[in-house]
Amino acid sequence: MSAFLSVSNLSASIRGNQQRVLRSVSFSIDTGEVLGLVGESGAGKSMIGKAVLGILPVAIDITEGEILLDGHDLLAMRPKDRRRLIGATAALIPQDPLTALNPSRRIEPQITNRLGDILGWTKATARVRAMELLDEVSIDNPERVMASYPHELSGGMRQRVLIASAFAANPKLVVADEPTTALDVTVQKQILRLIRELQARHATAMVFVTHDLGVVSKICQRLSVLYGGMVVENSTVAEFFNGPKHAYSRALLAATPKYTDPDASLLPVDESVIEQVAGEVLAADRGWRHGA
Amino acid sequence: MLDGRSTIRRSAGARLWLAGIWLGLMALMALFAPLVSPHDPLTQDLFAGRLPPFWAAGADPAYLLGTDSLGRDVLSRIIHGGRIAFSVALAAGLATALVGSVLGLLAGYMRGWVDVVISRLVDIWMAFPPVLFAILLIAVLGTGLSSIIIAIVVIDWTRFCRVVRAEAMNQSAMDYVSSAVVAGRPRRDILWREILPNVLPTIVVLLTLEMGIAVIVEAILSFVNLSISTDAPTWGGMIAEGRTSIYQAWWVLAFPLAVLFLTVLSFSQFGEGLKDRFDPVLR
Repeated sequence: MSAFLSVSNLSASIRGNQQRVLRSVSFSIDTGEVLGLVGESGAGKSMIGKAVLGILPVAIDITEGEILLDGHDLLAMRPKDRRRLIGATAALIPQDPLTALNPSRRIEPQITNRLGDILGWTKATARVRAMELLDEVSIDNPERVMASYPHELSGGMRQRVLIASAFAANPKLVVADEPTTALDVTVQKQILRLIRELQARHATAMVFVTHDLGVVSKICQRLSVLYGGMVVENSTVAEFFNGPKHAYSRALLAATPKYTDPDASLLPVDESVIEQVAGEVLAADRGWRHGA
Repeated sequence: MLDGRSTIRRSAGARLWLAGIWLGLMALMALFAPLVSPHDPLTQDLFAGRLPPFWAAGADPAYLLGTDSLGRDVLSRIIHGGRIAFSVALAAGLATALVGSVLGLLAGYMRGWVDVVISRLVDIWMAFPPVLFAILLIAVLGTGLSSIIIAIVVIDWTRFCRVVRAEAMNQSAMDYVSSAVVAGRPRRDILWREILPNVLPTIVVLLTLEMGIAVIVEAILSFVNLSISTDAPTWGGMIAEGRTSIYQAWWVLAFPLAVLFLTVLSFSQFGEGLKDRFDPVLR
């Protein structure tokens, strides 16, 4: 069976600048599979998710590569058709629940709008479905939450609402952009469990962007390690945690604190490793310029 | 869980009330000017010239705020002047807000060449000195109420455009807009339902400020006699006339000036108060 989402050789640059922010990124995800994108800040994790969903910032252009979503070549499509396809198949769980809901609108239309727009549902049907969804994400009082404004809800509640709204139209692909980073640890755990449950129940393909390897081990089947907008390693979670192939991945794994041994393991990534991986990025750029 | 935040309500604040009461009073007086003004604002009575306000010695209680050098009732002239001031404030304010906000929203949301064209236009526009620009425009358009309104719109739309553009750009970068884009919602719909509601408080505040500015601009133009016909009662015109007799009859200058000052102040305070009241995050 061919992959549900496959990204190959994807490069992106800042407009008017030769510098690439994504460097020939390739990966693929099957239906029902969760792929973790990990790396440090600025490695291009979120950028990839945004490129797939067509919401890159205005100043960033995709310069080459291919994105196949459910067999459709996204970059070759007319923008209008692409938006319709993405709207019908994909959804986003954003990073910061505090800014991801429109502060001047009540919760109900923020969930039901997309049902109306994507699936053509009536207000009443959409409302029933929204109530179900809020119930599914363990919100006790859906009626009251639907009538609330975002600022009346706590961070954890808002993230639940966002998850409910992401899964509302039964997407086949969900891009979760660090969905737990802005939450405190206890809430993080509940939210992760929730995302995993919903993902498994709906057999959704998911791109899970995070810098937390602990989260990856809990939720993903495979992962791609990024550095400087370049994939340095693609492997399964089992392979990765038993022995990463790339030196940078090893260093990243070693830098993860362990609760059992808090003193020993807080290592920064070694300079020689950074030099090595930065050298690979430069080499890739050189090869790319010659090729181009 | 729902917490106490939903039950917190900020009080509207004294300034919203005070400003609102003043503006409401002035608006009502302007609306019903012929009914509430004690005298005809144009009738001269040279035997009753420069009568002081009611509390001073030698006052005629029929002229509450005294009379000017031609014996016209100051209070009646202020009330009728308010008519012109408020018409200009309302019409010019709304028209300026409409033009500036539409262009600003388009520039901030569409970006690209639309933004380039509109932003350059704003830059060029703002290089003109506004008062000279207004006088020039009136000279071209001729005096009259509609000329003043057009002049204010033409000069001041950039004020809205700049701020609304920046605000729309901020909003476009928010995650809820991204989510709406991912969901394939139409652009018009995103602009209307996701962006505009969050820009609206800013527009309202700017609108009230603009109304105050419109009142000032109208006063300036009538001060230099470029507003409407010379004998029409305007606050600016009254101030200009009062200036010539300030040592003999200070009230002819002082009362319209005070009313002008309070009205402009009330417009800005009313806007700020409204913002606090309706900002969903502060509310």
